[in-house]
Amino acid sequence: MNGTIPLSHHSASLEPPQAEPARKPLVQFQSVKKSYDGKSLVVKDLNLDVGEGEFLTMLGPSGSGKTTTLMMLGGFERPTSGHILLDGKAVEKLPPEKRNIGFVFQNYALFPHMTVAENIAFPLRYRNRSRAETQARVARALSMVHLDTFGDRKPGQLSGGQQQRVALARALVFEPSLVLMDEPLGALDKQLREHMQFEIKKLQVELGITMVYVTHDQSEALTMSDRIAVFHDGMIQQCADPVTLYNAPVNRFVASFIGDNNLLPCQLKLADKDRLRVAMADGSELDAINPPAGRMKDLSLSIRPERIAVAGKTSSPLNNRFQARVGSLFFQGDHVRLTLEAFGSDALVAHVAARDAAGLRAGDRAAFEVPFADCRILEA
Amino acid sequence: MWLPTYATPFERASRFIVLSFAICVLLFLIAPLFVIVPLSFSHDPFFTLPVKQWSLRWYADFFENPRWITGIINSTVTATSTAILATTLGTLAAIGITHPAFPFRKAAMAVLISPMIVPIMIVAVGSYLFYGELGLTNTRLGLVLAHTALAVPFVIVTVTATLSTYDGNLSRAAASLGAPPLSRFFRVMLPQILPGVVSGGIFAFAVSFDEVVVALFLTGAEQRTLPVQMFSGIRDQINPTIMAAATLLLALSILLFGTLNLLTRRT
Repeated sequence: MNGTIPLSHHSASLEPPQAEPARKPLVQFQSVKKSYDGKSLVVKDLNLDVGEGEFLTMLGPSGSGKTTTLMMLGGFERPTSGHILLDGKAVEKLPPEKRNIGFVFQNYALFPHMTVAENIAFPLRYRNRSRAETQARVARALSMVHLDTFGDRKPGQLSGGQQQRVALARALVFEPSLVLMDEPLGALDKQLREHMQFEIKKLQVELGITMVYVTHDQSEALTMSDRIAVFHDGMIQQCADPVTLYNAPVNRFVASFIGDNNLLPCQLKLADKDRLRVAMADGSELDAINPPAGRMKDLSLSIRPERIAVAGKTSSPLNNRFQARVGSLFFQGDHVRLTLEAFGSDALVAHVAARDAAGLRAGDRAAFEVPFADCRILEA
Repeated sequence: MWLPTYATPFERASRFIVLSFAICVLLFLIAPLFVIVPLSFSHDPFFTLPVKQWSLRWYADFFENPRWITGIINSTVTATSTAILATTLGTLAAIGITHPAFPFRKAAMAVLISPMIVPIMIVAVGSYLFYGELGLTNTRLGLVLAHTALAVPFVIVTVTATLSTYDGNLSRAAASLGAPPLSRFFRVMLPQILPGVVSGGIFAFAVSFDEVVVALFLTGAEQRTLPVQMFSGIRDQINPTIMAAATLLLALSILLFGTLNLLTRRT
């Protein structure tokens, strides 16, 4: 815990981390399946490695299998089949108390009849620490979460944010090899949530903790994670670093779940070595990237709203130009949100800089453009 | 009383009738007390009201008579043993039956609660015949076992009620922090459900302390409990000492349920 903290890629660059040295896997899911009723699978054939010191987020809507996966890793649910390896050893039959994994629950699960200090000392009781060492560690853990003077209070006397810090301190005080968090910030208001995101991330980097974090909040996932595993329908749709996930989603679900997106039906018109061209529903054509590998039917073109610009305001010669009628304008402060009628859709969303949209009125026809590298063909 | 200022005469009249009726019902329920308590303090050896001369002679009589003292001791020992046994078993049963993976929960619950519903005579005769085979009649163990069966449903009901407000994540959190199952129960779950457990224990104590039918069947002279002593006292000689005994029982009940009330109010 010294002064200089190497915060990861977040502040440094927005490029996907290039050829990072492969981390030694701490957690490995091998063909893990889970069914509660013996019929439908909540988790279908999960394969996932979590590297040592990594912050991995499992992101997905409710019912996508992310929490079940976390519960299996924590030892509260047993996989129906497959293996979970912790540091190379299969642990799926080990009870939670033998796994040495810190767990932060959504409702914090602090013991209400114990003081804050007793809560934090609880895990040390089972690790044969001397009285003096326990006290020293509790004090250090309290100061780590900025609650130095709160040791004698009961959890019920603390605010939600403070309780959340106590839960964090309790999960970290015994230096577990792995910390799991199940929507730990879900109950906090927006400002506190953003503050806690920063603090958790900072602690994770400082202490070099491996963390598996479950959330349904995509901005939280983008802010904190080294990698994000997007869950849907009991399967990981894509597992990648936040930049890759945002810029190069592999399917429609990921494309629309992470950030805003326009998904437009299209057909492949031309595909050769260095050019890819698609025809839209209204017959217009656009240059695109990401050639489909298999099926040629039911293709979608994914275009992020903020990549669409008013024509003439960008200088790249590789842009796709198109004409559109402006349906509506909503001023958002830093940008204007437009809905456009184009490509056979009457609800193409574009976010353009407020000053570029100055002359536009609802009902106007105007020219827009989008770089071809931001038009991604998706198969599924 | 509790009437809006704009109440019509009809509303006032109906409110008055409801109130009077409620007061009558309450009076009816506690009327026996108005007879028993004054009579226990009467000097007269006959049951006559109003009391002409006050005295504590029946209380003195009660505490000097070895049969009554034996009754008190027997009742206390039996009720305490029953309370401990029934609380332990009932709490375990409640924890088991509220587990989400418990099969046939409703049927199991019905069986566990059945001693509350089965007529007491059937329980008494049944246990008399069954315990006779086992040599448990005329033993304190037999009486404690029979009373435990009667008291367990009360514990199950109160503990199940507190368990429904217990946050299972507390036990999960304790497990993740390294606490083995027994430790999780005693350090985390029990302190949270303690009001329900203690209430159940008080109910169990009261059930056993007041119970007379099963005790009549299963006890000999040596295990005779206070209610059994009162019952045989009424048959043999009519004597106001029994009023003193009844008043003492009443005081104990009020004490127990007062404690219960305090416990439930705190949570």
